[in-house]
Amino acid sequence: MSGCDGCSAHGGGLQRLGFKTTNADYVVALAGNPNTGKSTVFNALTGLRQHTGNWPGKTVMSAEGGYSYNDTRYRLVDLPGTYSLLAASTDEEVARDYLLFGRPHVAVVVTDATRLERNLNLVLQVLEIHERTVVCVNLMDEAKRKGIEVDDRRLARDLGVPVVPTTARRNEGIRDLLRAIHEVATGETVCRPRRVEFTAPEVTSALETLLPKIDALYPGLPNARWVAARLVEGDPSIVQAVESGRLGEVREEYEVAR
Amino acid sequence: MSTGNAPTTERVRDEAVQLLDAAAQLRWSIGRTFRDALVEDLYREAGNLADRAVRQEGRPRRFDLDRTIDRLVTSRIWGFPLMLGLFALVFWITISGANVPSSMLATLFLDRGHPFLVQVMGSIGAPWWLTGFLVDGVYLATAWVVSVMLPPMAIFFPMFTLLEDFGYLPRVAFNLDSAFRRSGAHGKQALTMMMGFGCNAAGVVAARVIDSPRERLIAIITNNFALCNGRWPTQILIASIFIGSAVPAHFAGLISAAAVVGIALLGVLFSFAVSWGLSKTVLRGEVSTFSLELPPYRPPRILQTLYTSIIDRTLYVLWRAIVFAAPAGAVIWLISNVPVGDASLAAHLVQAFDPVALLFGLNGVILLAYIVAIPANEIVIPTVLMLTVLVTGTSVPGAAEGVMFELDSMGDTHALLQAGGWTLLTAVNLMLFSLLHNPCSTTLYTIYKETGSWKWTAFSAGMPLVLGFTVTFVVTQVWRLLAGF
Repeated sequence: MSGCDGCSAHGGGLQRLGFKTTNADYVVALAGNPNTGKSTVFNALTGLRQHTGNWPGKTVMSAEGGYSYNDTRYRLVDLPGTYSLLAASTDEEVARDYLLFGRPHVAVVVTDATRLERNLNLVLQVLEIHERTVVCVNLMDEAKRKGIEVDDRRLARDLGVPVVPTTARRNEGIRDLLRAIHEVATGETVCRPRRVEFTAPEVTSALETLLPKIDALYPGLPNARWVAARLVEGDPSIVQAVESGRLGEVREEYEVAR
Repeated sequence: MSTGNAPTTERVRDEAVQLLDAAAQLRWSIGRTFRDALVEDLYREAGNLADRAVRQEGRPRRFDLDRTIDRLVTSRIWGFPLMLGLFALVFWITISGANVPSSMLATLFLDRGHPFLVQVMGSIGAPWWLTGFLVDGVYLATAWVVSVMLPPMAIFFPMFTLLEDFGYLPRVAFNLDSAFRRSGAHGKQALTMMMGFGCNAAGVVAARVIDSPRERLIAIITNNFALCNGRWPTQILIASIFIGSAVPAHFAGLISAAAVVGIALLGVLFSFAVSWGLSKTVLRGEVSTFSLELPPYRPPRILQTLYTSIIDRTLYVLWRAIVFAAPAGAVIWLISNVPVGDASLAAHLVQAFDPVALLFGLNGVILLAYIVAIPANEIVIPTVLMLTVLVTGTSVPGAAEGVMFELDSMGDTHALLQAGGWTLLTAVNLMLFSLLHNPCSTTLYTIYKETGSWKWTAFSAGMPLVLGFTVTFVVTQVWRLLAGF
């Protein structure tokens, strides 16, 4: 690997492509709560200088950038920062629709190590929608300063997907993040995401009613449970995806991807 | 579209319809609890995962102050009493603290400033009508607004901003969220209402955070029920001089504060009731959900808060009041001094309004004041006082006809209003009417800009007026019945 970008100590095999996103082999979506350093991670990977410090609702567009790692080209899509994927506000809809219908090869959820519990809510929601996910536990330096230790291996085992601790603004852990994304994209690492155990009878009984129907319509749809939950709540874009048959297409492409 | 022969496509479509039907049925039978139960499971799971993976050095389980406070202030049992107690405390401090600086300002601007200006005008040989227009009209109205409004605002706004900075207001929104949802409105309406407690025009703009047009419209229309900056001083003043004096002296401050909290609370109740009514009739639809993040508590930076609340709120509101009070003072002076037949125009108007107003336990002065004060609620009290002086004529020593005169303290104000025929009932009705009447012209213009509809703007103006007249009418009739009139 020649050139400054390639030989830099932090990136090993990383070539930042900036805005060049054509002919990408894999598409990676970057999700996460606001103020977790998501844009810093995006900039560290693509070499772009995307404006950081956006708060929920301010950004409803997704930024894009590219990088090449181990001769594989990646397109990175920065989704709006959101606390959840359940509400109907524009930013959450953009993030959720991209994960569901945009079918990225890998989803990366950037989390704040100092507020992991709150951030895990979003991680669990992403895992319901998207299997191939990497969790990036960012702001490790802040956590260390506050005396917070994160057991990333235990978390990875519990979540069933790779977990990478990083300090993006100092480029620490970016190499591990690149490798984890690469391994998930190429299928070297197989994700078996944790699914939330629902205990409330009204939730479990509703899911039991709808799941067989969804399974009959879209056999093997990986996020059937999430679709069922959204249908119970009458989420207009999911209802419409069922009516128009778009959800069926999504399922077919999952099949192909396997 | 998936490829396949016709029967398969048809079968798929059938199954899709069945699926949607089943989902819709479940939605009806389970309803809102579904989302809450789902989110609860999600949070519990996230909590378990974090407990396993995160370790706090040295202290295995840190005492989480934020969460402890949250558990208290948003608890089902303590949340509302704490909220009411806290607001009552804020008003009590405002009411008991405002009297002294208020009378000091009155001495400065009215006792000293007014005669001085009259003297100056006299020495430069200004005609009587110019002195009257400028000094008795414009200057006095402005001076009144400053001395009546500045002290309560300078005490109230910093305290309110401190609560906001500390992170308490989002908790209030959290407490009110489920009530709003039960009224068929959006939970975020609690946030827009909080903004409305500052300024209704700002609250109307803040309704942009609500995505559903139906719920946004409800939030816009009902924002007027949140007492705004311009109306707090009216409430506080009238409560202190009438409600406070109706009870033993050592309870006065407490009872006045409770009365103001009661009116604010009544506004919140009207907000719920009207939201509910609208969502059951003309603005029917489903309630959308959202998640509200409670920001971490921050120790408020006291000096900065004092600075910003005095610059952004106190001076801003004061400036607005002055800008509207100066021309209103001119108008009041003119209508008080332009004779029509045997009396001034104002006297005629007050007399014409009186019979109608008495039905609602108000008086002609108050109605005329509310018409003059359409541009800004801030000048209602000064206008009422000025018009009362006019109507009562010289019955109060030192008062000259058509001139707002010097009132050193709340005691003087009380004496003047009593001379104007005010009773406790008038005061109660004025407080109610101050809560329930049309929004100021700025807010109405904002409503028009945000909704783009004359119809809804007219509704936002008319509906509270109708409510206000209904409520004051009922209160008056019941009161008189009980009092044996």
